[in-house]
Amino acid sequence: MTAETTEIKLPSRLESIDKAVVEALKFATSAGFSEEETYPIDMAVREAVANAVKHGNLLDETKQVEIALSSSDTDFEISVRDFGEGFAVEEIPDPTNPENLLKANGRGILFIRTFMDEVEWFHHPKGGTVIKMTKKR
Amino acid sequence: MAELNISERQAGDITILDMDGKVTIGEGSVALRSTIRRLLGEGKSKILLNLGQVGYVDSSGIGELVSSFTAVNKEGGTLKLLNLTQKIQDLLAITKLLTVFDTFDNEGDALSSYQ
Repeated sequence: MTAETTEIKLPSRLESIDKAVVEALKFATSAGFSEEETYPIDMAVREAVANAVKHGNLLDETKQVEIALSSSDTDFEISVRDFGEGFAVEEIPDPTNPENLLKANGRGILFIRTFMDEVEWFHHPKGGTVIKMTKKR
Repeated sequence: MAELNISERQAGDITILDMDGKVTIGEGSVALRSTIRRLLGEGKSKILLNLGQVGYVDSSGIGELVSSFTAVNKEGGTLKLLNLTQKIQDLLAITKLLTVFDTFDNEGDALSSYQ
């Protein structure tokens, strides 16, 4: 199988999260992932796009969220770019620390790290932050 | 169809919420929040969430379960969880919230635990 890619651009509103998930699952299914295998992809796309919409672009609908999906024989790769100010991932509090257990927010990155095999963040040279997530086949 | 349907039953002074659908960012989380607020407003603070038909929860949904738990506690009540699917059980384990919530896989046992 050769590598296949697709890109999606969506406005920064909550409805875009479900749209991104639907498109990602369609792409993953066509790339040969079973329904059970798409669950981690579903979760990672949902959490990353939610972060981009809410925390990156601050629900500013004039800013887009760019999602790139790529599938090869060995990997399924998801990149999500926002156009926000950026953040230091190491400064995100650990939600499993006892003092954070009863907080309502802050578990999305934990889920992404749990469900994907590799996760990295970088500043896009033309602005914004990109999270790149890889699931091994 | 709504993302999350919640139907309500009473067992004595315990309110059981049978939830069916997804508890995710947006509609599902809001539906749970407004139901819990309404129950607390009606003085119903012994609440059992039946999650047996909840197939999907994201981090926002987990956050809403935590917010519900703390809101009910604040009113002197108790919120417990019934019939966790494997996926929800895994998410609660990852987040270490199994140490926070009382969870049951049998409704009778859950109801007895409020006594």
